[in-house]
Amino acid sequence: MRILGIETSCDETAAAVVDGEGKILSNVVLSQLDEHRLYGGVVPEIAARSHLDHIDRLVAEAMREAGLGFSELDAVAATGGPGLIGGVIVGVMTGKAIALVHDKPFLAVNHLEGHALTARLTHQLAFPYLLLLVSGGHCQLLLVEGVGRYRRLGATIDDAAGEAFDKVAKMLDLGYPGGPAVERAARDGRPQAFTLPRPMKGRPGCDFSFSGLKTAVRQALDGLGREATPQDKADIALAFQEAVADSIANRSRNAMRMARDLRPETCKLVVAGGVAANSFLRARLGETAAKNGFELIAPPLNLCTDNAAMIAWAGLERFRLGQRDSLDFAPRPRWPLDPEAAKLRGAGVKA
Amino acid sequence: MDTDPFTLVLADEAATASLAARLAACVRPGDVIALRGDLGMGKTAFARAFVRSLAGAGEDVPSPTFTLVQVYDTEAGTIWHFDLYRLESPDDAWELDIEDAFADGISLIEWPDRLGNLLPAKRLDITLSPGDGPTVRQAELKGAADWPARLKELLGHD
Repeated sequence: MRILGIETSCDETAAAVVDGEGKILSNVVLSQLDEHRLYGGVVPEIAARSHLDHIDRLVAEAMREAGLGFSELDAVAATGGPGLIGGVIVGVMTGKAIALVHDKPFLAVNHLEGHALTARLTHQLAFPYLLLLVSGGHCQLLLVEGVGRYRRLGATIDDAAGEAFDKVAKMLDLGYPGGPAVERAARDGRPQAFTLPRPMKGRPGCDFSFSGLKTAVRQALDGLGREATPQDKADIALAFQEAVADSIANRSRNAMRMARDLRPETCKLVVAGGVAANSFLRARLGETAAKNGFELIAPPLNLCTDNAAMIAWAGLERFRLGQRDSLDFAPRPRWPLDPEAAKLRGAGVKA
Repeated sequence: MDTDPFTLVLADEAATASLAARLAACVRPGDVIALRGDLGMGKTAFARAFVRSLAGAGEDVPSPTFTLVQVYDTEAGTIWHFDLYRLESPDDAWELDIEDAFADGISLIEWPDRLGNLLPAKRLDITLSPGDGPTVRQAELKGAADWPARLKELLGHD
C-alpha cells in the first residue's frame, strides 16, 4: 500500500510517499530551515501563490524519489486544515486533481491528526498514548485513543508556545525563528538572574497560557532602565526558557494523571511540533515523564515539524479503516481534533 | 477632520474584554479596526473577546500569528482577524483576500502598519499601551469617517 501525502497548511510546502509498513519512500519539504530542502534561500511561504508555484515540482520530486508513477499509488492524502486557507486550498486542489485524473481515492487529513499519528509511523506505538503538540501554531495535550478518536485534555488559552518564543526573540532582538535563537542565547544566561512567572503552574487541568509570560519579559526588559546588554538578553532568554519548560512540564504532569484516570494503560508521552526541538524542554519533559511512570517518545525532528510524511501516514491509517473523502470536501481553516472539548472549554470561559 | 481620541483606562484583561464586547455590539460590515500596541499589550486578548462576543463563547479563537488570518462567520457579518506580524511585504496581503475583507467583512488587524498604504483610511485605531501597574492598560480610540460619532455614542464624552 502506498499513499502520497501533501502538506501546505502553513509555511512549508511538502510532499511525501509512505507505504503500508511505515516506510517513508520520500519526504520533501520546501523550507529554508529543513536540511532536505530542494530549493535554498528564504521563501515567503505565507503566500498561497508560493505554495502554488512549488507544489507540482515537490510532488514530482516525491514521486521520483519514491520511484513510483501515480498509477502505482493506492490513494492521495492532502492536509484539509486547519491552517492558512489559501495554502490549504492549493494542497487540497492538487490532491483532488491527482486523485481524479488517476482514479484514486482522496483523503482530506486534519493537520493535527498528522502530528498525532506520527509516533505510530516512527515508533509503531499502540493506542492509547498522550500527545503534547507544541509548535508555532498549536499548543495542546491530547489523549490519542485511536484513529479519529482524540480527547483534548488541555490547550493554550492564548498564544502557542512557539509563538511566545518568536515574540520573545523579537523583543530581545535575537532573530527569527525564535526557538533556536532563544535557546542559543540562553546558553550564556546566568541562572536566577531574572525570575519570570510560571504560567498556569499549580492550577488544575492542563490548559496553557503564554501571553502573560510574554508580557513579563517585556516588563523585565523595561525594568532594566537601560538598553539590554548581551548578558541581559542571555539571562532573560534563559529565564524565559526555564519558565516555558516548567510550565509545559507541569501541565504535562497533570495531563499524564488525567490520561491515567481515563485510560490506566497509558504509559507513553509523545512530543511533537517544532518547540519539541528545544533540548532544555525535552530534558525537563523526560524527567517529568519518568517521575510519573511514562516514557517520553520524541520522533526525529524532521517528522516533528510540519511535513507531508505525517499526512501520508495519517491518510494511510484512515484508508486502511475504509475511510475516504469526497471530492467536494471543502478546506477548513479551523478544525479541532476534538470538537467537544473546544465547546466545553469555551463554555467555561468567563465573558 | 481630526477629532480628539477617546482614552480609557483598562484595569485588567477582563476590562479589555469588556471594551471589545461593547465595540463588537456596534460593528457592521465594512468596518476596519486596527489594533496597535507592543507585544504583550493585549491585542490578541482584545480580538479574542471581540470574536467570541459575536461568534459565541464556545468559538475556538486561535492566535492567527502563524496562519495570518482567521475568518469567522457571524450574524453581524464575517469577521476577519488578521495578525500581520509575519507579513514581509504589504503586497503579500492581497493573498489574504484583504479586498474582500475590507469590502464587506469586519476586519480586526493586529500589526496594521505591515499593510503600508493598503491600510484603509476609514478605520478605527485602537492603541493599547502600558498603564499604572502590571495588568493596567491604556486604550486610545481614534477613528476616521463616522467613527467619532459612533464612539461618542458608545463611550460618551465625560
